[in-house]
Amino acid sequence: MPLFDSLYNFARWLTHDREEAEDLVQETYSKALKGFPSYQQGTNFRAWMYRILRNTFLTSRTGLKNGTTISLDSEEGESALPVTVETPESLLLDRSNQQMVQEAIEELPLIFREVILLCDVEEMSYQEIAETVSIPIGTVMSRLARARNALRLGLTKKLQGV
Amino acid sequence: MACDAWRNKIAPYSDGELAADEMRSMGAHLLSCASCTEELLNCVQLKRAVQAAGKWYSPSANLRRRVQAGIPARNRAMWLRGWMPKLAAVAALVAIALLLFRGWPSDRQEQAFAELADIHVATLASATSVDVVSTDRHTVKPWFQGRLPFTFNLPEMTDTPFTLEGGRVSYLGQAPGAHLIFKIGNHRISVFIFQNQPEPRLAPSASRSKSVTFNVESWADEGLRYFVIGDADPNDIHKLSELLQAAARP
Repeated sequence: MPLFDSLYNFARWLTHDREEAEDLVQETYSKALKGFPSYQQGTNFRAWMYRILRNTFLTSRTGLKNGTTISLDSEEGESALPVTVETPESLLLDRSNQQMVQEAIEELPLIFREVILLCDVEEMSYQEIAETVSIPIGTVMSRLARARNALRLGLTKKLQGV
Repeated sequence: MACDAWRNKIAPYSDGELAADEMRSMGAHLLSCASCTEELLNCVQLKRAVQAAGKWYSPSANLRRRVQAGIPARNRAMWLRGWMPKLAAVAALVAIALLLFRGWPSDRQEQAFAELADIHVATLASATSVDVVSTDRHTVKPWFQGRLPFTFNLPEMTDTPFTLEGGRVSYLGQAPGAHLIFKIGNHRISVFIFQNQPEPRLAPSASRSKSVTFNVESWADEGLRYFVIGDADPNDIHKLSELLQAAARP
């Protein structure tokens, strides 16, 4: 099944719950099958599948709770921001500290968590992320920059025991 | 261009999202700007950390069965048809990768590339990139005696466009290896030599590496595994690889 493993991984990061992620993946495939005749050949299939999963999640009870918890103040059209927060030194020295990184990712607001996972884990291009999340590429760039800043800040706090 | 303007491009550069000419300009700027190189290193490290931490959850066999059961046979064929062009492209890429890398499992290869790209960037960003500073292979090679559990040959660089800058010991999955820095024009190329273990103890980290915007060549010979990595022209990487291969079999 195309994308099965990676869709499940993404679903777990969105939902933080195994059962909910399983339901989400199952529903995604069900919707994709029903909607497959309307899928436009030649367009990005991966972005299409992830968009179905994401939209399904956002309309779920958990998604509704999570999706509106951050202000998008003047985000649209904003250009990429320079990254200003230093990467914690110990992260450079010890890349095996996965648990701390995972906790920091989990603590990110949904709109940051999803773009950073789509970019760095799913290795989507900015164009694919834009299609998946339905935002302009400029917003993808600024949101990624903010997400990475937030992640660095979160890791720094964890390392300092704040 | 002021450094601030370059800084805005560091993240897109690490994501492989700049246009080809911008990638080249950025590469040239990085050679002369320690501050931007350090920031790039931070970006790459964070990206690798997220990659390693983010690929975490695997679906159960039960879920796979449930989802598969929900796809009628007719639809499975339909899905497959939709994927045929992609599958053909993937098959072609896999074939090319196999030809290039001569049988090293791709995951391990990519993990190794990601690790080595990190080391390459970190070394260039470091104030002391080499521990033995010499352009003379007869000085650099003996320096590794007692520091590595193997030996290797280095080519004579006179009459070639390459200059040996020196060497240091680097580690790939806790296995020590020789890390040599060569220069061509303004580009610096890292050459890594490790023992070609059947099961290299690679650190569990990034898997795929589209952000690795370097050119890489790798081969195994006489029980050693060689990696040549840098942002120099692919032809230069290849030329240096040929020199090393020739030196290994005098």
